[in-house]
Amino acid sequence: MTSLSSEPCPGISFGRSRVALSVATNIIRRYLNVGEMALRKLIHAADIDDLALGATVLGTGGGGDPYIGALMAKQAIEEHGPVELITIDELADADLVIPSAMMGAPTVMVEKIPSGAEPVAAFRQLEQFLGQRAAATVSIEAGGLNSTIPFVVAAELRIPVLDADSMGRAFPEIPMTALHLGGISATPMVLVDEKGNAVLLSTINNAWTEALSRNATIVMGGSSMLALYAASAADMRQHMIHGTLSKAMELGHLLMSPLTTEEKLSRLLETTAGQRLFSGKIVDVMRRTEGGFARGTVTLEGMGRDADSVLRLEFQNENLVALRDGVPVATVPDLITVLDAETVRPITTEELRYGQRAIVIGMPCAPVWRSEQALALVGPRYFGYDIDYTPLSARASAAR
Amino acid sequence: MAYRIGIDVGGTNTDVVLLNEQHQVLAKTKRPDSADILTGIRLAVEDVLRLSGVDPSQITHAMLGTTQVTNAIIERRDLNDVVIIRLGAPATRAVKPLAGWPADLRERYQPYAYIVEGGHEYDGREISTLNETELYRIAREVKGRVQAVAITGVFSPVNPAHEERAAAIFREVLGEDVHISLSYQIGSVGLLERENATVLNAAVAAVAKRAALSFKQALAHLGIHADLYLTQNDGTLMSVDYALMYPILTIACGPTNSMRGAAYLTGLKDAIVVDVGGTSTDVGVLVNGFPRESLVAVEVGGVRTNFRMPDLFSIGIGGGSVVQASGPSVTVGPRSVGYRIVEEGLCFGGRTVTFTDAAVALGKAKVGTHPVTLDAALASAAYDVAVQAVTDAIDRMKTSAGKVPLILVGGGSVLLPDEFAGVSEVHRPDHFDVANAIGAAIAQVSGRVDRIFAMEHTSREKVLEEAVSIATAEAIRAGADPGSVEVVEIEEVPIAYLPGNAVRVKVTVAGTLASYGTSAAIQGDDDARP
Repeated sequence: MTSLSSEPCPGISFGRSRVALSVATNIIRRYLNVGEMALRKLIHAADIDDLALGATVLGTGGGGDPYIGALMAKQAIEEHGPVELITIDELADADLVIPSAMMGAPTVMVEKIPSGAEPVAAFRQLEQFLGQRAAATVSIEAGGLNSTIPFVVAAELRIPVLDADSMGRAFPEIPMTALHLGGISATPMVLVDEKGNAVLLSTINNAWTEALSRNATIVMGGSSMLALYAASAADMRQHMIHGTLSKAMELGHLLMSPLTTEEKLSRLLETTAGQRLFSGKIVDVMRRTEGGFARGTVTLEGMGRDADSVLRLEFQNENLVALRDGVPVATVPDLITVLDAETVRPITTEELRYGQRAIVIGMPCAPVWRSEQALALVGPRYFGYDIDYTPLSARASAAR
Repeated sequence: MAYRIGIDVGGTNTDVVLLNEQHQVLAKTKRPDSADILTGIRLAVEDVLRLSGVDPSQITHAMLGTTQVTNAIIERRDLNDVVIIRLGAPATRAVKPLAGWPADLRERYQPYAYIVEGGHEYDGREISTLNETELYRIAREVKGRVQAVAITGVFSPVNPAHEERAAAIFREVLGEDVHISLSYQIGSVGLLERENATVLNAAVAAVAKRAALSFKQALAHLGIHADLYLTQNDGTLMSVDYALMYPILTIACGPTNSMRGAAYLTGLKDAIVVDVGGTSTDVGVLVNGFPRESLVAVEVGGVRTNFRMPDLFSIGIGGGSVVQASGPSVTVGPRSVGYRIVEEGLCFGGRTVTFTDAAVALGKAKVGTHPVTLDAALASAAYDVAVQAVTDAIDRMKTSAGKVPLILVGGGSVLLPDEFAGVSEVHRPDHFDVANAIGAAIAQVSGRVDRIFAMEHTSREKVLEEAVSIATAEAIRAGADPGSVEVVEIEEVPIAYLPGNAVRVKVTVAGTLASYGTSAAIQGDDDARP
């Protein structure tokens, strides 16, 4: 594998001219359109804190604590300068976009912190295999720690991050992406560990990608860095969920602002088109391990206008189903997030504990998740709950 | 007869109690702190000896709770120069040691921070072979320039072998006089927080040594030759020798001692404890007789750590809090006259209106030497503001919507009413004003384990059994009577995305102190750590 990182393979020259062309196009665009130029958004180290906090809201209790990912991104930005966050309109259709991500146990990552070289190594090796330089990187998962990883790559390689992701939230498996629904293969994919080992995967489908990469990650010590789901900007335009990273930053910025609890909550619900499902106090948290996932049930007793009601929340890393007095009020793939009743900060499933006062909110998922094909992949039945998905907004109007 | 004394050296006062074998309070004292801890302890202990008439030679145990270590970190006073060794390269280079530390401490410790090849995976495999050559090189380089070594290996709570080997190398090169802190003995999974705690532990080793020495000398001066213990933040004891190795564990023992004292004085195991001081009020929760622990990362002197710390909610209202009125709104605190209340408070003939004065004016408490004349509306508004803040704090800490018992301790607790919303009954135990010293005196000895276990090829019962036996062995090493050790808490947290049903298991056990002879023998056995 080491030869990949030294001399470029023959195809790369084609790739380079392609990049040069695209850069030139971008420069011309910038000169032609000053208005657009003024809108270009630079992400500084301080913005990463907003991103990490907002990503925890979209992480629906899971997705991993962005703490280490945020530290890495901030260190990279401080070293190499701010990162440009661009919209899909700033890329040419033929431009290559390669998402960057982390795979494995977030618990491992807070102990065996990466060397820092992995995300770029994975990215470069996939570029070399494809024989084309990427014009941008992007996030696979706007919820949790994978929101921050692309900024590590972007800062070091001085390429922009596309303001989009492939989930609009956090999900536990590689095929659970809008790209997968669009028929895009996660492979060729490169996994890299901190020792410098790299695995290049070529698979027959994304289910095999999940199984093989999960096992490789375990052998690597429980965490790895990935470059995967490489696709053209045209495909990204069609299949990604756009604007999610800037939305996460906006949410984080909002939650760190000095606004009152009520103002923060109402603006958060406005930004996410979400609704308050329940206010109460956590009276029970039950955890169990099944199939490598941290599963559990949390029970809240209602307070205020929810007094005399009970909300039961089922989670498997992420919050998946909310039942009010036994009746489902929100289910995956819609987003269910538990917020601290006072600070409005998100509480992850690992942090849930007896006695916390919390507000549970529901936020509608990206429309792509509401098709029959998508629900077979990420609906409540896939996670083992014998209930149908009813979209959040429909439920709300039915309740009225 | 055998007696024990409990000492609490706080920010304002040194409190001492003397108990008999039945744990009855025979004498107590409260003295303003002296400039040096030795004199302060000596004078206060002299008080209780005089008041009780107990022969110093009959005192078998002495327990000290002190804020010396905490203050040294906050004030950056007398800290050791430390070489920081992280074993984990090539992993962990993305976030270097001292990340997120306050600039002054970072500048000071940066020159001797290293990331060396070594460390383990979550399942105990090596990340890299330990680079002994590099460790020898560093040890020779820093020789004579540091007084302490802090060693942190990746996943050392799972496999401490590399930390142990690195310690042996530094010991060999630097000699016996240098303090060595190993992370696996101090913190749990979470590399940065554990490393931070280990570096702080190494930094305060000299301060702790001096405090322990003062403690020993003060008592020896009075003819007391007892077993000496320090209390730690979870409300249990460490022998002085053990505390010299892990001084950082004494952080925040003050509030914990108050809560343990409150539990002992009332016999309640589950209750809310409100400790009212001169400047602030701490609200905590007793669960099974011990303070509930905080789950969030705790900052000490601006450094993020993962110590076991009591879950406290503190408000800036105490007996000396200043009352201010601007138009219709009245505020109480956070500004406080503190211990100067005896000069500045209205009820002592001073000119500042304090929370104490409001309570006295309303007839809620009898404090001071002078009558208080205060506008009734102002007094009543100020009193309501303070009580509402305490009520809100209690409500925040409660674990269920039902009513819970409340224990009031601390000198300022006389100001508070006998009823609070959401509280079933209010307890005001005897000796409430020295609950912290009593908490130190009656403290038990604990042992803890916090590790990741794989449950794949074993049963849940076996894993828990193993965890309990590791914790029990630690408690016995720290001086517990083996027959008295009981499990205080077991917590299992499943870990996502790892094979073999990995579970993080935390177990705490506690037992009473072994008798004099036994515990002395155990204290001598320093090498018995795993």
